Amino acid sequence: MSDEGSREVVVRTVDVVKQYGEGEAAVRALNGVTCEIFSGEYLSIMGPSGSGKSTLFNMIGGLDKPNEGSVFVNSVDIAQLTPKELAFLRCHTIGYIFQTFNLISVRTALENVTLPMLFAGLTPEEADERGIKLLELVGLGHRLHHRPSELSGGQQQRVAIARSLANNPSIILADEPTGNLDLKTGQEIIDLLRTLNVERGVTIISATHDHKMLDVSDRIFHIRDGQLALVETREELDKAKAGV
Amino acid sequence: MQTQFKNIDPPMWVAWNQAKASIRVRFLRMLITSIGVALGIAFFSSMEVLAFSPVKAGMQSHSQMQWLTGTSLVMCLVGVTNSMLMSVTERYREIGTIKCLGASDSFIVKVFFLEALLLGAIGSFGGALIGTLLMAAVMAATTGGPGVGSIGLVLLIGTGVGMLMTVLAAVAPAIQASKMPAAAALRVDV
Repeated sequence: MSDEGSREVVVRTVDVVKQYGEGEAAVRALNGVTCEIFSGEYLSIMGPSGSGKSTLFNMIGGLDKPNEGSVFVNSVDIAQLTPKELAFLRCHTIGYIFQTFNLISVRTALENVTLPMLFAGLTPEEADERGIKLLELVGLGHRLHHRPSELSGGQQQRVAIARSLANNPSIILADEPTGNLDLKTGQEIIDLLRTLNVERGVTIISATHDHKMLDVSDRIFHIRDGQLALVETREELDKAKAGV
Repeated sequence: MQTQFKNIDPPMWVAWNQAKASIRVRFLRMLITSIGVALGIAFFSSMEVLAFSPVKAGMQSHSQMQWLTGTSLVMCLVGVTNSMLMSVTERYREIGTIKCLGASDSFIVKVFFLEALLLGAIGSFGGALIGTLLMAAVMAATTGGPGVGSIGLVLLIGTGVGMLMTVLAAVAPAIQASKMPAAAALRVDV
């Protein structure tokens, strides 16, 4: 990308190593990953199962800490944060979307969306007002008081997207967001994420197997055996698609 | 852009609402847990009534009574711990998700504390009432019965012991779960 030097970096990883287990049974899920992710871009992390993409996703999102190396989110080294600071970062800076939706089963759609707002210190009235707007934004204004078990997979993922936007995060992390959805619903979710990316300028980082994601991504990170094997840009993807 | 960290913890009612919602939706599961607590405490309380009674039904020595009460307490502790441990471990995924939403470790512990307090209070009081009254009725029919004062004391001890055990049995694994990295909690499949 020609203007990479001038773009604001929201996430930077430096020689990140993540190892599970010890001794002979140890497995290196990430083996020295160094990368930069820019503000406002739509980035897909692709790779086969077991390649380390979900581990990288967890590192970037502050859900896990690396054994070696550093992860900087908005210039903050997350390994240096206390648990409370890490919770604050997750609450205010990052929104999460999961393959299995991970809605709180005992709360309604609106309560799922407003919970992070209450963590952020909003009053219930403010949270409800903003939560309703977000659910309307994702097309679920008529499903506010339904619990996850009363919603379809696509609707649950929309609630998860609305929830991820609760505190206006600068980054949305989506782990296989279309993995449990049919083709049509998956495409709708991809389109919705792209719209949010364009209209709100939120950085989308998605670990995915889904090749439909290629069409909307600004860059693709290909992970192989715990390493960043290839970075493709939009221009390169378009050229490849056009057969140049 | 630099993140400005502030120390914000949500008010207690946010945890209370989460605990209430959990009990409401998992009512049957919670009822079974509560009955488990009640049965343990009922046994413990019935032994306590015997221990406090001036007449030992003609058979138990002081050391035998201590042994019986101690055994009932251990049985009760094992039952309650098992129930509460299950209720925490089956919700690791929920704990991981709530952490992703920005919950602090203490918020997660508060939710389990409040749930356990409520379950413990209901189960323990119910159990203490059943155990005390049944044993008091049996004693009244056989030996003239325990005093009213000792019944009140046993009710109080039974409820207190039950609540304490329930809260400790829930909060200890909840503290451990809250300290897990969110990714690890999300990975757990129970």
